[in-house]
Amino acid sequence: MTQAGWISGWRKPSVLPGFGPALGTTLAYLSLFVIIPLGAMVLTTFAHGWADFVGAVLQPRVLAAFRVTLLCAFGAAALCALFGLLLAWVLVRYPFPGHRLVDAAVDLPFALPTAVAGIALTSLYAPNGWIGALLAPLGIQVAFTPLGILVALTFVGLPFVVRTVQPVLQDLEREQEEASAILGATRLQTFTRVIMPALAPALLTGFAMALARGLGEYGSVIFIAGNKPMVSEIVPLLIVIELEQFNYAGAAAIGTLMLAVAFVLLFAINRLQRWTRLQHAD
Amino acid sequence: MARNTALTRRATLARGAAAVLPVVLRPATGHARGRVEIMNVSYDPTRELYKDINAAFARAWAAQADTDVTVRMSHGGSGAQARSVIDGLDADVVTLALAYDIDAIAQAGRLSRNWQSRLPDNSAPYTSTIVFLVRKGNPKAIRDWGDLVRPDVQVVTPNPKTSGGARWNFLAAYAWALDQNGGSDDKAMGYMRRLLKNVPVLDIGARGATITFTRRGIGDVLLAWENEAFLAIAEAGGNKFDIVVPSSSILAEPPVAVVDQVVDRKGTRKVAEAYLQFLYTPEGQELCARRFYRPRLEAVARKYEDRFPKLELLTIDGKFGGWTRAQARFFDNGGVFDQVYRPGG
Amino acid sequence: MRIDVNQPRPAPAAAASAMSRRVVRVTESAPVRWALTAAALGFTFLFLLLPLASVVVQAFAAGLDTYLSALADPDTLSAIRLTVIVALIAVALNVVFGVAAAWCIARFTFRGRNLLVTLIDVPFSVSPVIAGMVQVLLFGLRGWLGPLLQQHDLRVVFALPGIVLATVFVTLPFVARELIPLMEEQGAEEEEAAISLGASGWQTFLRVTLPNLRWGLLYGVLLCNARAMGEFGAVSVVSGHIRGATNTMPLQVEILFNDYQIEAAFAVASLLALLALVTLGAKLLLEWRHASELAATRRR
Repeated sequence: MTQAGWISGWRKPSVLPGFGPALGTTLAYLSLFVIIPLGAMVLTTFAHGWADFVGAVLQPRVLAAFRVTLLCAFGAAALCALFGLLLAWVLVRYPFPGHRLVDAAVDLPFALPTAVAGIALTSLYAPNGWIGALLAPLGIQVAFTPLGILVALTFVGLPFVVRTVQPVLQDLEREQEEASAILGATRLQTFTRVIMPALAPALLTGFAMALARGLGEYGSVIFIAGNKPMVSEIVPLLIVIELEQFNYAGAAAIGTLMLAVAFVLLFAINRLQRWTRLQHAD
Repeated sequence: MARNTALTRRATLARGAAAVLPVVLRPATGHARGRVEIMNVSYDPTRELYKDINAAFARAWAAQADTDVTVRMSHGGSGAQARSVIDGLDADVVTLALAYDIDAIAQAGRLSRNWQSRLPDNSAPYTSTIVFLVRKGNPKAIRDWGDLVRPDVQVVTPNPKTSGGARWNFLAAYAWALDQNGGSDDKAMGYMRRLLKNVPVLDIGARGATITFTRRGIGDVLLAWENEAFLAIAEAGGNKFDIVVPSSSILAEPPVAVVDQVVDRKGTRKVAEAYLQFLYTPEGQELCARRFYRPRLEAVARKYEDRFPKLELLTIDGKFGGWTRAQARFFDNGGVFDQVYRPGG
Repeated sequence: MRIDVNQPRPAPAAAASAMSRRVVRVTESAPVRWALTAAALGFTFLFLLLPLASVVVQAFAAGLDTYLSALADPDTLSAIRLTVIVALIAVALNVVFGVAAAWCIARFTFRGRNLLVTLIDVPFSVSPVIAGMVQVLLFGLRGWLGPLLQQHDLRVVFALPGIVLATVFVTLPFVARELIPLMEEQGAEEEEAAISLGASGWQTFLRVTLPNLRWGLLYGVLLCNARAMGEFGAVSVVSGHIRGATNTMPLQVEILFNDYQIEAAFAVASLLALLALVTLGAKLLLEWRHASELAATRRR
């Protein structure tokens, strides 16, 4: 059952069988469902050359959509980091009744279909909704403004931060905090100098994951965004709009640019995760 | 109005009871067991109209043919629907918001380029126009297009890039502004710029815009299809909205066509053509009028005369030289809409 | 190893302050703790639970009868059926893929391994809209393979295969992402022992690997299924919105909403919300009973 000799050049030998079939299945499946479809998109983009791609992407409306999407995704990821850290901290450090329930509720955005989340958030934050009606007298309108996008993306991204920070916080050794306290540090100093550096890689990873998710999110956003070009129109919606104007090359070009952004983010996340694991292993 | 919804619901149930629900792996093929199925791919506001038409047509067809017909529906923004048909959605007939979208399907080779001359009245069995829907009592005193650019007025209209209805809205406003300013395009564009500044939400489709205005309480006036405005009043129940008829508007001719490539492959041409012709029959026209689409047939038009206000109706052909030119000039990337839409500016 | 200062006590404030005098302080003062807990609880309620509550309230706003008749609508029933079929296929495919991918990634060291891991993550950070668009670009009538498909009278987009393809794309990482860290954590010793004792590859896999993986696998299946049933953006592009035929539940929610049948829309939405709750409940149960085995998957 050992693999043929030519394989041993690029992989460490192992007594376990099945590498060939498993890798074959994995690659075939990835090709069929991911690589070939995405390849078709990239080929469609560059079928008419580089100039068309640049022309399609540099339109003010496309640039504005990227600005809105990036800003909202960044803002939402930052909010996720803030509230995610708070939730993870409280869940790990302060046992309270209903602890398990809150812990489970954190995963709700994972499990709730995005379209349902979008409709629910819209009906809550519309000027005549439960929350929107309270904010309206203050002159704050959430639904149908970029603020709405921020709310939807924060909802969608929150679990990523909690679920990456929580286990690290759980395994954090209390001895260091004790040592810091014995040496005379205040609790705040201990938090900023001892705890935060240990949590930073995980927090950053969660932030990056929420950001990646936010950039591509569609279902929850289109209901609440108001979808005004240049103001609250997100990139995925623009792709749909280009398709509906029969502009396939334009849609593919925007898609390709998004794919590139996603790759950069994924690369960053993988590096961050390796960093987290190293810190974790100490 | 409550009775209206109850009837609709009953109609849905009745239709459902008769329908078998195959998950379509391969397209339904022809005349299996005396049943035939066709698909009508339509735009947003026709949902209620075709619910009525389909039931009546099924009865009429069963009476004179030896098969039963089921009409499947797909609704969405007109452009989105055309895109799906171009990409292979098996529509036997398309009933869209504007001729440009069916032209696009013809350009992709899915139906004959002379489609518009194959049926009477430019292949538009019913017409409509664009009116204003305002909140009860018209608190902002909105009377005509000129009021829409007042700084205290918020206007809800969908996105002309994705919604056929919104393109009619845009052109109706533009045509009025042209007439007001002695045909000056510069001044008309200035008017559109100020109008669009008052738009707080640009929904993707006409129905989305209606719901934003009626259910979400956004805006002072909704630019809507006449039929959509009447329906919104009926659906909201009570007296929540009024219709304001502007001094002039556009004559909207939502066209219909058989998709040759599909009916020839499926062998459904006969029933598909009968379906569209049914729209022109007195019974079909009557159903259109009841759903507030303006009928073409003189007799039916007279009967329902009092539900359709009289106003000056301009045509796309007369004002803008037809849809192909209007589309290129106003709504393609870099066109008039892109030039005048400068939010926050 | 854990210091017990923050166990719930009858009088936490007094106990904590008493302790902080005796022991060094490794927790915050009581008011800070209370404030933080209150903030977290408030946030959970306002931000996470209220949307769920609003779905339920609006679903039942017109009474139970309306709710039930909304769900008995034939178009809605067909949407439910389609959603279940699509999820079954997508989850089954992704389980096979997830196990294969985890086997080669967690059990072997080879060049290009990191690239493979990144590739598996791609669908996760690519917009679902793109997942739908690529199917159209490939299989649409004007796409690369569309004309060929039409010659053989086969439908992919605007039919079940296209919806499945888009759903598989979007849910592809879920099972693999659960299994890879779990298998890495468990190590290969047991399998190596089985092989050296003469078991065949399949025997080893079925008797050793799979039993060790089952809870992680179930966990992955749960998340994958929830996403598969709830996918909106990707499916919306390839569905064609044919009523009673190619609408999934999330699309049906949107359609009913646009048909002025708001209660019916929220009724279907409440079913999807129920799915979310069942998923969370099952997850909670798994974590509670098999915490140690699942711990690895959290440390991603």
